[in-house]
Amino acid sequence: MNAPASPPSPPAPGGLAASAPLVGRRSEPTVFELSSPRRRGWSFRSTDLPEWDAAELLPAGHLADEPVPLPELSERDLVAHHTRLTHRQYSVDLGAYPLGSCTMKYNPKLADAAAALPGLAAVHPMAPARVTQGWLEVLVELGLALAEVTGMDAVTLQPPAGAAGELTGLLVMRAHHAAERPDRPPTKVVIPDSAHGTNPASVTLAGYSVVTVASDDRGCVDVAALRAVLDDDVAGIMLTNPNTLGLFEEDIAEIAGAVHDVGGLLYYDGANLNAILGVTRPGDMGFDIVHLNLHKTFAVPHGGGGPGAGPVAVTERLGPYLPGPVPVRDGGGSYRWTTPPKSIGRVHGWHGNALALARAYAYVLASGGDGLRRVAEAAVLNANWLRQRLRDHYDVPFDRPCMHEFVVSAAGLRRRHGVKALDVAKRLLDEGFHAPTVAFPLIVEEALMIEPTETESPQTLAALGEALVRIADEAPGQDPGAPRNTPVGRVDEVRAARRLIPTYDARRPD
Amino acid sequence: MPSYVPHTDAEIEAMLAFLGLSSLDELFSVVPEALRLAAPLALPDGMSEPDVLAEMERLAGANVPCTGRGVAPGAGLVCFAGAGAYDHELPEAVRAMASRSEYVTAYTPYQPEVAQGVLQALFEYQTMVARLAGLEVSNASLYDGASACVEAANLAAAVTGRRGIRVSRGVHPHWRHVLRTFAAGNGSELTEVALVDGQTSWDDAGGGAPAALVVQYPNFLGCLEDLAAARRAADAGGALLVVAFDPVAAGLLVTPGARGADVVVGEGQPFGTPLSFGGPYLGLFACRLEHVRRLPGRLVGETVDVEGRTAYVSTLRTREQDIRRERASSNVCTNQTLIAVACAVQLAWLGTSGLRELALRCGRATRYTRESLLALEGVEPLVGAPTLREFAVRLPADPAVVVDRMVDEGFLAGVALGGAGAGAEYGEGLLVAATERRTRAEIDAYVAAMDKVLR
Repeated sequence: MNAPASPPSPPAPGGLAASAPLVGRRSEPTVFELSSPRRRGWSFRSTDLPEWDAAELLPAGHLADEPVPLPELSERDLVAHHTRLTHRQYSVDLGAYPLGSCTMKYNPKLADAAAALPGLAAVHPMAPARVTQGWLEVLVELGLALAEVTGMDAVTLQPPAGAAGELTGLLVMRAHHAAERPDRPPTKVVIPDSAHGTNPASVTLAGYSVVTVASDDRGCVDVAALRAVLDDDVAGIMLTNPNTLGLFEEDIAEIAGAVHDVGGLLYYDGANLNAILGVTRPGDMGFDIVHLNLHKTFAVPHGGGGPGAGPVAVTERLGPYLPGPVPVRDGGGSYRWTTPPKSIGRVHGWHGNALALARAYAYVLASGGDGLRRVAEAAVLNANWLRQRLRDHYDVPFDRPCMHEFVVSAAGLRRRHGVKALDVAKRLLDEGFHAPTVAFPLIVEEALMIEPTETESPQTLAALGEALVRIADEAPGQDPGAPRNTPVGRVDEVRAARRLIPTYDARRPD
Repeated sequence: MPSYVPHTDAEIEAMLAFLGLSSLDELFSVVPEALRLAAPLALPDGMSEPDVLAEMERLAGANVPCTGRGVAPGAGLVCFAGAGAYDHELPEAVRAMASRSEYVTAYTPYQPEVAQGVLQALFEYQTMVARLAGLEVSNASLYDGASACVEAANLAAAVTGRRGIRVSRGVHPHWRHVLRTFAAGNGSELTEVALVDGQTSWDDAGGGAPAALVVQYPNFLGCLEDLAAARRAADAGGALLVVAFDPVAAGLLVTPGARGADVVVGEGQPFGTPLSFGGPYLGLFACRLEHVRRLPGRLVGETVDVEGRTAYVSTLRTREQDIRRERASSNVCTNQTLIAVACAVQLAWLGTSGLRELALRCGRATRYTRESLLALEGVEPLVGAPTLREFAVRLPADPAVVVDRMVDEGFLAGVALGGAGAGAEYGEGLLVAATERRTRAEIDAYVAAMDKVLR
C-alpha cells in the first residue's frame, strides 16, 4: 500500500489537515542538546537595589554548591525549538479531532482574548474582595449559568478537572450520608461497566467500594441487574447520560427512583453533556450531583492535557456541603466570599482554574441559551450522519440512533483481515485526521469511539467518513506500517515501559 | 446564535434527509418526553464577539489587578503579596510559545505519532523539574501545589501501608486544608506539627510510625527549615519525607533531594503563569525512581519509532485510572499540560545562570523591603528564623485593615495573617514578598505608604 495521497474528492469547505506540513524525517533535538555553556537569553528589570551576593542573603548550610543545570540557549534558538515542536503536534486548530468522549470542538479565539485581559490575568488570589469584584461577578454568573444548564441549585467552581470534580462530588455524597445516617453510613457506589476509568478510581479515593453493574444488550444499564445490587448500603450511582456508547439511558427516571428508594444519590458524569444542552437536564432526570468538563462542553481548550475545569453542581439539599469559599452576591449588589455551613472544605489551593472559568463564561455569553441548544442539535446530527455513513463498513454493536458520539467495532476487520482498531486509528492519522478513541469503552471489542462535535462542517464530516470507509475497504491489503505521513512512525510503547527513560538524564547508550 | 456551528439550513435539511428525519427535534426522540425541556434555557441569547469582549472588559475593569509599575498611581496595584502566588515577570517568548495553538488546542497525547510536540516538551519539563528537585523522576504535572501535596501523601501511604501523615504548620494553610478535605475519603490520619519561632519543631511531633512527614522549604512564613532535622525525624519513624519546595528559591538553595527528600512537590506558577486569580497553576511532583510505579498522573518516556528515530510516549500507563480503574492510587486524568509547557519554556529561557539570578534578585528585593519595613516604628519580625524571598512582620495595627488601606495608596501590601486572613495559627501579621519585579523606587514608595497608613 502506498503512502496516502490526497483524498479523491477534496472537500473545499472546511478542508482537512492532510495538507499540513506535519512531516520532517528527523527527530528534533532536546533543548538540552541545543544548549551551549554560558549562553543566555534572559533579561531582568533594572531595580537599583543593593547587589548583595548569595552568602549575604542566606545563612550557611542552605546555599547550593553548584547551581541547578538548565539549558542555556538564546531566545531565538528556544523559540525555534518550540516552533518546530509545535509543527510536530496535531491540534483542533489544524483539523478534525473525532476523539470520542473528549468533545474536541473548536475553541473560539475570543475566549483567549478574554483570558488575557490584565484585569483578569493579573489579579492576586488573596487580594481583598473590594478589588476583585469583577472576578467574583464572573464566578457568580458562570455558576448561575451552569446551574441553569444542569437543572441544579448550587455550584462550586473549585475542582480543576473532571476527575477532581468526581472526587469532590463523591465527598459531598459522603458528607450527606454521614449527616443523614451517622450510625451506619453506606459503603458502596454503583458504576456501570461502560463507565470512564476515572469513576471507579474516584470512588476508591472517596473511601467507597465499587459495585459494577452490567450493561444490557441495548448498551444501557440493565435495570434488573441494578435493582439486584441496590440496598441501603449503596451510597449512590455514577452515570454518564448519554453513556460512553453515545446512547441515551432511556430508563433514567426508573433508575433514579430505584436509587433514591434505597436512600442513594445519583451522580452525573458530565463528560457527555454536550449532547443534551438545552434539550434535557440532569436535574430533570433525577440526578443530585453533576460535574461538568468545561474543557469539553464549554470550549475551554484542552492544552494538550489540561488545564481544564470540573465544576460541581448539586441540588439544594446538598448545597451546604459544597467546598468553600463560594462567591455570592449581596443584597446591595456587591460580591463576597462565604463558606457553606457544612462544607467538605477546600479542594483547590485557591478558587479553581479561574482563567479557564473566564473562558467558559465568555463562551456562555457568545453562545447564549439558543446557541447552546444549537450546539447539542448539531453535535447529535453530525454523530448520527457519520454513524449512518459508516454502518455498512464497520460493525455497529448497538445499532440504533446515537447522541453526540457512537462506537463502532473493528472486530470483524480483525477476524477477516487482521486489522485492529488501533490499525484503523493509525491509518486515519495518515489521512490528515486525528484518530478516534480506541479500546474504550471496555465492553466493546476493538472499539472505535467517534465524536465529531458540532463545529465540523458537513464537508469535513464527509471527508472523515470517506477516509474511514476507504480504510475499511482497503483492509485486505492494509498497510501495516501506518502511519507514514506523520512526524514519527509507529512508536514503540513497549520499549518505553521496559527501558524507562523518564528524563534526558536517564538516557544511556544501548 | 453565534455558536460556532457551521451548518447552513440547507445542509441541515440534507443531513436530516440522509437519516430519514424531518426535524432536528426528532434526533432527540430517545429522550423521554417528560424529561425534555418544555421551554428554552433561561439564559440570554448569544452575543456577538465584540459585545462579549466588551462585557468581559467591563468585568475585568471591576478588578484592580497587580499591574502597578513604578510609583505612578492609577495603573493598578504594585504587588507585595505572595503566599504561594507570585508576581514574576512573564517573558514575551514564554507568552508567545505557550500561546501557540498547536499546544493550546491539542488533547492529551493518546496518539504519539501526531503528538510529539507536547510529548517532547513534557519530557524536557520532567527533566528540568527532576533536576530542580534533586530527584530522578518527575511526572507531567498535577493541578496545583495543594493537589501535588495530596498525591504525595497518598503515595507515601501506599508505599508504607500506613495512614499517618504528619504535616508541618509551615506548610501553606490552604494546602493543609486541601489535605484535610481529601483525608475524609482516603482515610489519612493527619496531625499537624507546630512551628517554634518559624521552624518546625519535629521533637514535639510525637512518636509512632507515620507514612510521611511533610515540610515546606522555605515555608509559608518564608523561613528556611532544617531539612536535615526533618530527614532525621522521618527516619526515626520509618516515614517518607515529602518536601514542598519553592522552585524559584531553588535557584540558590540546596535541592530537597540532596537533603534526603523522597518526594518533592511544589507550586510551579512562578514560571510562565500570571497571577490568574489563583489558577490555572501548576503542581510540581518529583520522586525517587524506586517509587515510579506509584507516580500519580502522566509520565512521558523516551523511546524510538519503527525506523529507530527518537520518539516520546506516555508510559507506565498501567498505573493510570483508565486501565487500573478502582485499583488506581490516583484518579488524575486531565492535568495542567499547557502550564507545564510554559514552565519548561521559561526554565530554558532562564537557563542555569538566569534561575540563579532570579533567586538572587528576589532575595535582594526581599531583604531591602524587610530592612526598610522593620525600620518603621512598631513593625517587628513575626518570627526569628532566617528567610529568603518572603517574610512575615507584626504590625502595630490590624493587618487586614492595613492591606485594605494600602489599596488606596496603590499597593497590594501583602497577605494578612490571623483573624479573617490566612492561617490564624500564626497570629496576626503581614506576609510580604518582593520579587525580581520590584525596584528600589517601588519599595521606597511602599514603605513610605506603610509609614503613612500605620501612623
